[in-house]
Amino acid sequence: MTGIRAGILGASGYIGGELLRVLLGHPRVAAVVPVSRRLAGRRVDGVHPNLRGTTELVFRSMDDVSPCDVLFLATPHTQTMDMVPGLRSVAPCLIDLSADFRLRDPVVYERYYGTVHTNPSLLADFVPGLPELYREQLEEADLISVPGCMATAAILALYPLSADGLLDGAVWVDGRIGSSGAGSAATSTNLHAERSGAMRVFAPAGHRHEAEVRQATGLEITMSATGMPEVRGAQVVCRGRLSTPLREPELRRIHREHYADEPFVRIVAQRRGLYRLPEPKVMHGSNFCDVGFALGDDRDVVLVAALDNLVKGAAGNAVQCLNIRMGWPERLGLAFPGLHP
Amino acid sequence: MEKGDGLMALSCPECESEVSPPEPVRQHEVLECPDCRAELEVIAVEPVVLALAPEIEEDWGE
Repeated sequence: MTGIRAGILGASGYIGGELLRVLLGHPRVAAVVPVSRRLAGRRVDGVHPNLRGTTELVFRSMDDVSPCDVLFLATPHTQTMDMVPGLRSVAPCLIDLSADFRLRDPVVYERYYGTVHTNPSLLADFVPGLPELYREQLEEADLISVPGCMATAAILALYPLSADGLLDGAVWVDGRIGSSGAGSAATSTNLHAERSGAMRVFAPAGHRHEAEVRQATGLEITMSATGMPEVRGAQVVCRGRLSTPLREPELRRIHREHYADEPFVRIVAQRRGLYRLPEPKVMHGSNFCDVGFALGDDRDVVLVAALDNLVKGAAGNAVQCLNIRMGWPERLGLAFPGLHP
Repeated sequence: MEKGDGLMALSCPECESEVSPPEPVRQHEVLECPDCRAELEVIAVEPVVLALAPEIEEDWGE
């Protein structure tokens, strides 16, 4: 079988599992190399049971990784930045899903992640892994940094109006996220008895992703986030003020102008039906981000977006970037439309 | 306005997107806007005029 060799660092986590699921079914990927420090030697399908019958792979240690064409880094924030220089010799293309190379300014990084950035000279070398804004740069990028899940949703929700200068003043982003967004490490906050049924406002203001949204849109952003009693899914509701009055058909036209040719952005602002605005429930497993809008009184505008936090919010978006980088069709390996009900 | 393939192109009264009713168009026929999914009723045929069809709204617990 011809195709590339793709490595995944941190393949035992939830994002690593989604990368495995997508890459194992990708027609241009001939070999997947799953790396896990903690589980080296163990079978992949023992950790990701959805992959039973599709792979005989076992996790490898980092010392056991031969050169790859691309390396996905599903490794922890604040640790990945120390790993990157040593990985350049393993693969010519690195796609980082941690937060360590998302922010251009190391001072902003330190403020939001509580630690000094140890490789600030590399920050400018990473291209943001958001095809809808940076497609041309991704075609040539060897270092790609995939945005956070709620940041991706918020940026795509805000982008049509921010790009056209149609938002005036501060924007409040209210993010909602399923428990898989907290990662696969067991903590007391993730105990079923504590988490089940809870709608936990874990970041009433100043969520980390607000720095990414601010950087991408140039808007003054304040972001809150709530953990929802779901496993998958992220949704953002953004409230802002229009710089000039717009009617709803004009909002729709602006969205269409920005997203008409995007393979994974759908405009969802419907008058009828049960799912009139973007809803994560019907996006599980898909690489779509749905964006919608509604007008309030005067010049108030509400922008909504939803996605699967592990797919368009992480692994799927990373593979979409790979497709662009390799010059392949963008939808390759990512056609799954989600589930209903 | 007539389109090249014989379909008539009209504007949705809700979102102003293009709506092409299948011909022949009949009075009181109900169509769906492909964009905003509003139900539209043909209230006149000479010329064709579309209006929002009446609908029963959910109150969603309000």
